[in-house]
Amino acid sequence: MADPAHIASSDIELSVVLIDIGVLSMMGVTAIAIARLRSLFALVMLSGVYSLLSATWFVIVDAVDVGFTEAAVGAGISTALLLGAMLLTVRTAKEDKPWKRLAPGLVCVVTGAVLLYATIDLPGFGDPDSPANAYLAQEYLQRNYPDIGIPNVVTSILASYRGFDTFGETGVVFIAGVAVALLLGFGERSLSATLMNKKRGKK
Amino acid sequence: MNPDHHVILRVTGKFLIPIIVLFALYVQFHGELSPGGGFQAGVIIAVGVILYALIFGVVDAMKRIPPIFSRSLAAAGFFIYGSVGVWSLINGGNFLDYDFLVAEGPEGHWGQHIGIIIIEIGVLFAVAGSMLTIFYSFAGRAPEIDDEDW
Repeated sequence: MADPAHIASSDIELSVVLIDIGVLSMMGVTAIAIARLRSLFALVMLSGVYSLLSATWFVIVDAVDVGFTEAAVGAGISTALLLGAMLLTVRTAKEDKPWKRLAPGLVCVVTGAVLLYATIDLPGFGDPDSPANAYLAQEYLQRNYPDIGIPNVVTSILASYRGFDTFGETGVVFIAGVAVALLLGFGERSLSATLMNKKRGKK
Repeated sequence: MNPDHHVILRVTGKFLIPIIVLFALYVQFHGELSPGGGFQAGVIIAVGVILYALIFGVVDAMKRIPPIFSRSLAAAGFFIYGSVGVWSLINGGNFLDYDFLVAEGPEGHWGQHIGIIIIEIGVLFAVAGSMLTIFYSFAGRAPEIDDEDW
């Protein structure tokens, strides 16, 4: 008699592998499309699609928090901000000479090959003895509830154990907003100027 | 051209934007139990407002949520986060040491709970305000997406 639990787990693994292959190949197709297209609108939309696919993939590999952030930031806000930024420039990228693509292509292929070679040494997926899971992560998982008293370890690490870090990150976001506003203006004045110009143009 | 040719977009937008903001609040206040927190919630709220601006026009969005409010929100968020640290300093702990926020025994977790909730609200304000400020800076220069652009 076959062990039912064993069959179930191997079935799940097969389906996960199939979903992995599906999502990763869609990401590859999107990346190739991004590299070949010239229309900036299509590029911005496709980069949003790419972020959404990578968020899906993060969820598949159980990194739910990273996937959530990628979906909100990569697919949501950066697509919208790139749309806004793109309106300030021309709509299509310049066509470049084919031989000029040779050097960047070579760099990409070599870097990809090196990274693929490096994956041979990586520990297996979800390996409890891997360095990332063995030492500090275990410590956090054991100490979190007695120390902080909230069940989500990611939140307690980000907000409490590394609160100073998160303070710095919030500062970085704030400074980014201030820097863009200093470079481009806060928006109201340039908006009213643009609208005035439009009115004058129509007359 | 018919001014209301985006009617489907407007109707679905009106229906979706409140749900987006509500979901952001869920992400914010459920962050202790589930994935998410101030950063994601702030980005989602900003996306809700940006969606409003894309559908109904930047001029209308700036009337509802003025740029001065968005940048004050960003500064206030950063200030709230920092003042939690100063509060724990005043109570005799280290900067951002939430155990010192309220007087309680070593087994109590109220300080941690209160600290995390307040700093997450600070992160929410800072991120939502900064993202909106950036969007307004870009969008103020090219307020409308023309139909030919798509």
